[in-house]
Amino acid sequence: MSDPVSALNGASFQGFATIREIGPLGMITLRARGLKSLDKAIKAVTGTKVPAPRRIEIRGDHACGWMSPDEYLLMLPYAEVGEAMAKLAKALAGEHHLAVDVSDARAVFRIEGDKADQVLRKLMPVDFDRLEPGELRRSRAAQVAAAIWQQDQGFTLVCFRSVASYVMGLLTHSAQPGSEL
Amino acid sequence: MSTRLARGGRLIDRTAPVEFTFNGKRFRGFRGDTLAAGLLANDQMLVGRSFKYHRPRGIVASGPEEPNALVNLGTGARLEPNQRTTTTELFDGLECTSQNHWPSLDFDVGVVNNYAARFLPAGFYYKTFIHPRPFWKHVFEPVIRRSAGLGKAPTQPDADRYEQAYVFCDLLVVGAGVAGLKAAKAAADKGQRVILLEQAPVIGGRAPVDQTEVDGQPVEAWLSAMEADLLARDNVTLRTRTCGFGVYDHGYVLADERVADHTPGDGRPKHRLWRIRAGRIIAATGAIERPLSFAGNDIPGVMLASAVRDYVVNYAVSPGDRTVVVTNNDSAYQTALALKAAGLDVPAILDARETADGALPQAARAAGIRVLTGKAIAKVKGGKRVTGVAVCAQAGEGTVQEEIACEAVAMSGGWSPVVHLWSHCGGKLLWDETISAFVPDPKRPPLNHDGSAMVECVGAAAGDLDLSGKPAAIPPVWVMPQGAPVQLRNKMWLDYQNDVKVSDVQLASREGYVSVEHTKRYTTLGMATDQGKLSNINGLAVLAESLGEEIPQVGTTTFRPPYTPVTIGALAGEARGEIFQPLRRTPMHAAHEKAGAYFEPVGLWRRPYCFPRAGETHEQAVHREVLNTRTNLGLLDASTLGKIIVKGPDAGKFLDMLYTGVMSTLPVGKCRYGLMCNEQGFLIDDGVVARIDEDTWLCHTTSGGADRIHAWMEDWLQCEWWDWQVYTANVTEQYAQVAVVGPNARKLLQVLGGMDVSKEALPFMQWADGKLAGFPVRVYRISFSGELSYEIAVPASHGAAFWEACMEAGKALGAMPYGTECLHIMRAEKGFIMIGDETDGTVIPQDLGLDWAISKKKADYLGKRGQERTYLASPDRWKLVGFETLDGSVIPDGSYIVAEGVNANGQRNTQGRVTSTYYSPTLKRGIAMGLLKHGPQRMGEVVEFNTVAGGTVKARVRDTVFYDKDGEKQNV
Amino acid sequence: MLILECPYCGVKAEETELSPGYEAHLKRFGPGSTPEEFEAYMFARKNPKGVHFERWRHTYGCGKWFLAARCTATLEVFGTYPAQVSEPPADIIAKIQARRPDWRPDWKDTK
Repeated sequence: MSDPVSALNGASFQGFATIREIGPLGMITLRARGLKSLDKAIKAVTGTKVPAPRRIEIRGDHACGWMSPDEYLLMLPYAEVGEAMAKLAKALAGEHHLAVDVSDARAVFRIEGDKADQVLRKLMPVDFDRLEPGELRRSRAAQVAAAIWQQDQGFTLVCFRSVASYVMGLLTHSAQPGSEL
Repeated sequence: MSTRLARGGRLIDRTAPVEFTFNGKRFRGFRGDTLAAGLLANDQMLVGRSFKYHRPRGIVASGPEEPNALVNLGTGARLEPNQRTTTTELFDGLECTSQNHWPSLDFDVGVVNNYAARFLPAGFYYKTFIHPRPFWKHVFEPVIRRSAGLGKAPTQPDADRYEQAYVFCDLLVVGAGVAGLKAAKAAADKGQRVILLEQAPVIGGRAPVDQTEVDGQPVEAWLSAMEADLLARDNVTLRTRTCGFGVYDHGYVLADERVADHTPGDGRPKHRLWRIRAGRIIAATGAIERPLSFAGNDIPGVMLASAVRDYVVNYAVSPGDRTVVVTNNDSAYQTALALKAAGLDVPAILDARETADGALPQAARAAGIRVLTGKAIAKVKGGKRVTGVAVCAQAGEGTVQEEIACEAVAMSGGWSPVVHLWSHCGGKLLWDETISAFVPDPKRPPLNHDGSAMVECVGAAAGDLDLSGKPAAIPPVWVMPQGAPVQLRNKMWLDYQNDVKVSDVQLASREGYVSVEHTKRYTTLGMATDQGKLSNINGLAVLAESLGEEIPQVGTTTFRPPYTPVTIGALAGEARGEIFQPLRRTPMHAAHEKAGAYFEPVGLWRRPYCFPRAGETHEQAVHREVLNTRTNLGLLDASTLGKIIVKGPDAGKFLDMLYTGVMSTLPVGKCRYGLMCNEQGFLIDDGVVARIDEDTWLCHTTSGGADRIHAWMEDWLQCEWWDWQVYTANVTEQYAQVAVVGPNARKLLQVLGGMDVSKEALPFMQWADGKLAGFPVRVYRISFSGELSYEIAVPASHGAAFWEACMEAGKALGAMPYGTECLHIMRAEKGFIMIGDETDGTVIPQDLGLDWAISKKKADYLGKRGQERTYLASPDRWKLVGFETLDGSVIPDGSYIVAEGVNANGQRNTQGRVTSTYYSPTLKRGIAMGLLKHGPQRMGEVVEFNTVAGGTVKARVRDTVFYDKDGEKQNV
Repeated sequence: MLILECPYCGVKAEETELSPGYEAHLKRFGPGSTPEEFEAYMFARKNPKGVHFERWRHTYGCGKWFLAARCTATLEVFGTYPAQVSEPPADIIAKIQARRPDWRPDWKDTK
């Protein structure tokens, strides 16, 4: 078997901000609500607490994002997914939930630099002035769904894998030198 | 002649000369000039020809309201037609050409229309070109098309980049004149997030030209202090060269920033479209001066009085040595004074009013200017430029009392507040008798989401035309002179750009047009690119007068965005070329490209249609792929297939509601074909469902249907059966899926190795998890081709490698990739339906003979009640059967099966239609499926399909399975 | 372009982040219902000029369906609320009546 390959194999662009496709990352969609074992299950996989609505809890290369009232996105190293799925199954056994591996269904980008926000302001109908630290915002980037949050002097953007090259095109267009807002 | 004055010009930088060309002539101007100022400084009074009569036209205005002075700007990939010279900033190397003339601006053949003007009245399109009918297409239309239209459409792709950006604020102020600046500061003081937009490159609006001081300070000092104050604040954004052109629901405003119009090719985006969401909007958009309607008011050299003083004060441009001012209000006296101050001559001010004793008229008299009250212009003299005016009494019918030689006429018919932004979302207007203009009615504003007023107008936009606070009275003067006979009225232009005259509107009224909206469309008044900024009020006043009604009763036409024309590039933003729309690519896309695939769109996906080899047509490639798959081995990228996980204690119950068949009884490890209908009963999707474990199912959907069906599931779970314990997840993109199809399919999997895929271990309609060539896979033993077939899902990150492994291992087995057309032919040969071919939103599963997939036992499923409706349950419905043409030909796509007789429109009656029709390479003949009335009872009958050529083709009705009826090939 | 606040995640979403779902609070009629009942469920829509209840999905956000009470004439939004109710909650009705004193619910007497 070969190594897993991310959608754009780590493509990057240097404009007035730096655009990098990263990954593959491990991602698990966990659908559950009000379960007594939820705290424990998430802690076991990401080491974080359960995020509040519209928040993301980050701990090193692990994170847990709130996606909807009954959905969380667990992020972890790609190689840990199998083990994590087993942990979730064990921790939530007998309780109504759905955990699916979506590591390969996504593409992940980093947008970095002082003006990283400007790249996204051109694409998303989001009030970046009011975006709070630790906020995970699901919206759209131009014509496709995207989720973003601030992390380490930049932003992380997650979209569907099939549109990775479209999103790379958007980010490249928006980060062109000379087009700062 | 118009010329550059030796001194003055507050906006130009005389140390920065620029060169530009107009119709190839080289001219000089200065940085800070508009193109219009630059043209006037070089005595280019004649700048274009009018739309209908090809009359010579000059610059009328100094802002975005300009109707005449439009040019083709730039060349080649940077050519833009219909650019307003009055808002185009001059830059070194600018090239422009005039529009709408042939062969040249000075000598234009189309001007014969001018002499034929009485044959081209309002509505002449509707009246003249009706008969004889064939003339329209071959004579009238080509001639009209050649003579009509303004600029030339560019033929090359736009060389520039455009972009858009989203921005949010508490208050948006449009217009950085004095009123706008004050409003912005007041809100900023309260800590609000403020955005202030100004369409011009500089702030200040009309104040620097029309006023000496603001709040007791000199204007320029007040403006620079204000600008510095605002720029120093974190909560204020000031954007010049940015026109807020449209107000939409809930505080949404679009604005066009001309980032690099004046620095073309510097790498910056040419325009940026701002998508602004504002808590509240203040329109400080000022007012636009109105022309007066007198004969010859369109001759080059007749300009708005405010424009004349703008050119003198801002650009040090003289419109001519002698300018006659004609007005019905005090503001035009400022122009006379400005001209005097610049050392130019004002032979007379013709004031239509009986008296003029305000401060400005007094100042004009004191400056030695001759002021004639109660007077009007009977006629402007001149052709391609003004040579003089004939003076008459306003109260009379135009008897000439005196002729005055001059080079320019400065006219003012009053001011119209720019209420566009107020009106875009339904703000209502009042007719203000004092200033003879429509003003915003503060009691009826456009509303925001919370019911509060969304827009407020301030300053001149609110009708406050004199910043000193005294309302300036402007009596109505709609026609000059008041009793002008028709010879004069049909030389009085209302709409310069569309060549609509006073006489046209009066004719429309005589012909029975009473609605201003109808009159607008009939006469084309206000329908040009300037959207009637100068003409609408004058036009509707003339209409009201003709109808004997008051102006408020006649009302205005609807104000719609955009306020000024916006280039398509800005509206498209980034959505061009590669990123025009998202193209969804499977993990194997690059491999397909390398293999020379010809792609077709399937929703937003791009899927290989076929893989043509050198020298092959697409058709030949498809036929090769079919034959190879049926005899050896074919590989299909099936990654786009929708995959939705449904899990929970109530998942079985839920799927039984969703599908027409029963899914709750499906044993773990097995697959079942299912149909989904909408509540009307019509078939919307199909696919194979696999039972993964006790409470988990995997639903395959069509390629185009994954998102739609997932949303459909969530809709029912969230909004109807919210107490059912079911979770869904769309995992379509998690897996790359490869269909391994053909007699050698099992051999390929055995070569890859790692799983037992024998008939016994993995029978038809079962699935198994395992490893193939080390890849983690889930193998579904399902077939959409009638061949031995496995669909293999691998994580998408391994998709490309797995595809490559299959191709490599398949070489010795005759493997070839195949595309969607091959898939279609093979499924049609087997009589399998395709959503979108056999279905069109009006077809129920029973029409397609799919009763076997519909549970008779279930009390309910989505669509069951709908299917019980008498029309859908009728035995007379068209039902699916197969067809074979008698001559072996292929029935044309879209053909209908004709029946006896004709319908009320004289068309042949029909009794059915084709739904899928192909040449079958396997059977070497045309095959088809289609819907036929009483179809299944008519086996063996011969019916006729119509053809594109007009004849019919005979075909025999048969069953839908053309190939391997007993399924022996897939069950090996 | 409308803004509606998603009651699940609190995002003030603009229309492009949402999908419309048309009239809210329809009662489903399945097998066994009369033609009149089915017709009303399938086709009869109020389409009022004024207060209206609609379904919207926060498609580009949390993916949840919610309901909105708004005025189709002025585009005022009175409130949004979760979809798991068969009629508008009391606080939404109070908000509507605060701004439309003459407005009365019409579902109490129509069955």
